Amino acid sequence: MAGHHQLNFKVLRNTLFALLSLTILTVLVAKPVSGFDAGMFNFVIAMGIASLKAGLVLAYFMQLKDDNKLYLGLMISCVFFLLLFFGLSFIDIISRAPVDSTL
Amino acid sequence: MSSAADTSKNYLNHEKGLWSWLTTVDHKRIGIMYMITVLLFFAIGGAFAMLIRLELFAPGGTFEAQVYNQFMTFHGAIMVFMVIIPGIPAFLGNFVLPLHLGAKDVAFPKVNLMSWYCLIVGAIISFISLFYHGADTGWTFYTPYSIQTDNGTILLVLGAFVMGFSSILTGVNFVATTHRLRCKGMGFFQMPLFVWGLYSTAILQVIATPVLGITLLLLAAEKIMGIGFFDPKLGGDPVLFQHFFWFYSHPAVYIMILPAMGIISELITAFSRKVIFGYKAIAFSSVGIAAVSFFVWGHHMFVSGQSELAGVIFSFLTMLVGVPTAIKTFNWVATMYKGSIQFQSPMLYALGFLFLFTIGGVTGIMLATMAMDVHFHDTYFVVAHFHYVMVGGTLMAIMGGIYYWFPKMFGKMYSELGAQLSFVLIFVGFNVTFFPQFILGAKGMPRRYHDYPEAFSFLNSVSSIGSWTIGLGFIVALIVIIHGLLKGAKAPDNPWGAKTLEWQTTSPPPHENFYTDPVVTGGPYEYR
Ligand SMILES: [Cu+2]
Repeated sequence: MAGHHQLNFKVLRNTLFALLSLTILTVLVAKPVSGFDAGMFNFVIAMGIASLKAGLVLAYFMQLKDDNKLYLGLMISCVFFLLLFFGLSFIDIISRAPVDSTL
Repeated sequence: MSSAADTSKNYLNHEKGLWSWLTTVDHKRIGIMYMITVLLFFAIGGAFAMLIRLELFAPGGTFEAQVYNQFMTFHGAIMVFMVIIPGIPAFLGNFVLPLHLGAKDVAFPKVNLMSWYCLIVGAIISFISLFYHGADTGWTFYTPYSIQTDNGTILLVLGAFVMGFSSILTGVNFVATTHRLRCKGMGFFQMPLFVWGLYSTAILQVIATPVLGITLLLLAAEKIMGIGFFDPKLGGDPVLFQHFFWFYSHPAVYIMILPAMGIISELITAFSRKVIFGYKAIAFSSVGIAAVSFFVWGHHMFVSGQSELAGVIFSFLTMLVGVPTAIKTFNWVATMYKGSIQFQSPMLYALGFLFLFTIGGVTGIMLATMAMDVHFHDTYFVVAHFHYVMVGGTLMAIMGGIYYWFPKMFGKMYSELGAQLSFVLIFVGFNVTFFPQFILGAKGMPRRYHDYPEAFSFLNSVSSIGSWTIGLGFIVALIVIIHGLLKGAKAPDNPWGAKTLEWQTTSPPPHENFYTDPVVTGGPYEYR
């Protein structure tokens, strides 16, 4: 049937190794484990690695990379709307008048 | 298949018995099941509306404040979650979409049936709360009140959560159906515009409804287990609830209105006997409205304590919705220009839609202006505005759609005179009910109160009298439908001379919709 892809064992195995290495990396850059501290960028680094892992799962395990581009588009639009949801909500929260304001 | 196919068999008599209906996977039968349930819920929600207007007929009042609060909560929750949201996609959309596309059924027929059961289970859970302590938060369940109030609210919230699945499943089904099941020759731009409306709606249902589900679950978790999401005492943020709630509930307004606009496109072109003006503009404006609807939710929160910056951004973005909406309206009017307009009842509802929805839309722009909303917020001006959109828009389209597709659904005609009488009663009654509410709101009468000072009494009495006229109009409409079902003349296959595919099969259609697989060679509206 058209649209079914050959599952390539090598690709899947390499993806698994990549995910495991990234997990180890996440642990290694954690301050309590290695003493590594990038200040306010700790969060950015942790979330960056996590996003990379999610991207690998989507691209290879869920096969979005080689499948119909429509599915990729759907995925991207979902992420876009999620970011929009968080983004616009946070614009409110970070720009609110402080509690002791006389406004 | 033989050319002389057996036309005495159709989807209505294909199988017999109640059980064959409850287990059917035929989209037409599921559509009819949705019709019956939605009309039943509409009657219940309408009864609550009548009780509200009875209480507000004169100052002083008949019911206690607490009872009144439950009336307005159930009126809102029933009408939103059980009537207008499933009203067009799940009922008319289910029946018409595969016929419009020349398909045998939707993409996932069993999921389609499951969505109906989700609605029923959710509705039962919600109705239990009526008898178990009741709910008095309004349909919006705003924190912190919804956390402090009686526990009946949890049931209503959970009911709405379950009904959300019904909506999601319908959306998934319609997206897949539109992509995969178009008949031979039908590209995206040969689809009828109702399909574009349903498709945009389906995207909203899939993307926005889960957020409501999560929000309602968080609320229930906070109420049952005391986990702090929204209560400041527990470290939560009550305004956050409003963000979450309206991220769904504003797009939900377009879940209600986009398919209605699709129906209006069908009606106006069919009864003007003219190709639609600006097909692509109408099609893309549906998608445009769906996309923009996600950026605007903060306009419900101008006085909530939301930051001024966010308010300004949301106020500006909200005005953008006016652009694609106006594109549609101008195209409909241009379609009628020099057409041979026939004033049959579906067209009357379409014209009623144009008139009322325009008032609802323009007052929406007024409310989007932050400086004005600060004054109008939580007054009857807002109540009048959204009833002009929801009732004057969506309900008009549902009624027009019912009268338009009734001959196809049941193979019978209804009394045209009766249908026109019901239209006049509903249209006049609607304006008498809701126009005074604009004035009341502008004068400062707050919404959701069970009583008011003497100064507001005249306009409130007028409004209540109007509501009884609407009620009478719907009773007439029900009689027309039942009379048509029982005694109606046999309907021809294409009573309106329309060009879309559902009219090219028999009335009512056979079990698998078409006797031979349809092939499309041109656009959907080639009148002249
Ligand atoms: Cu809104």
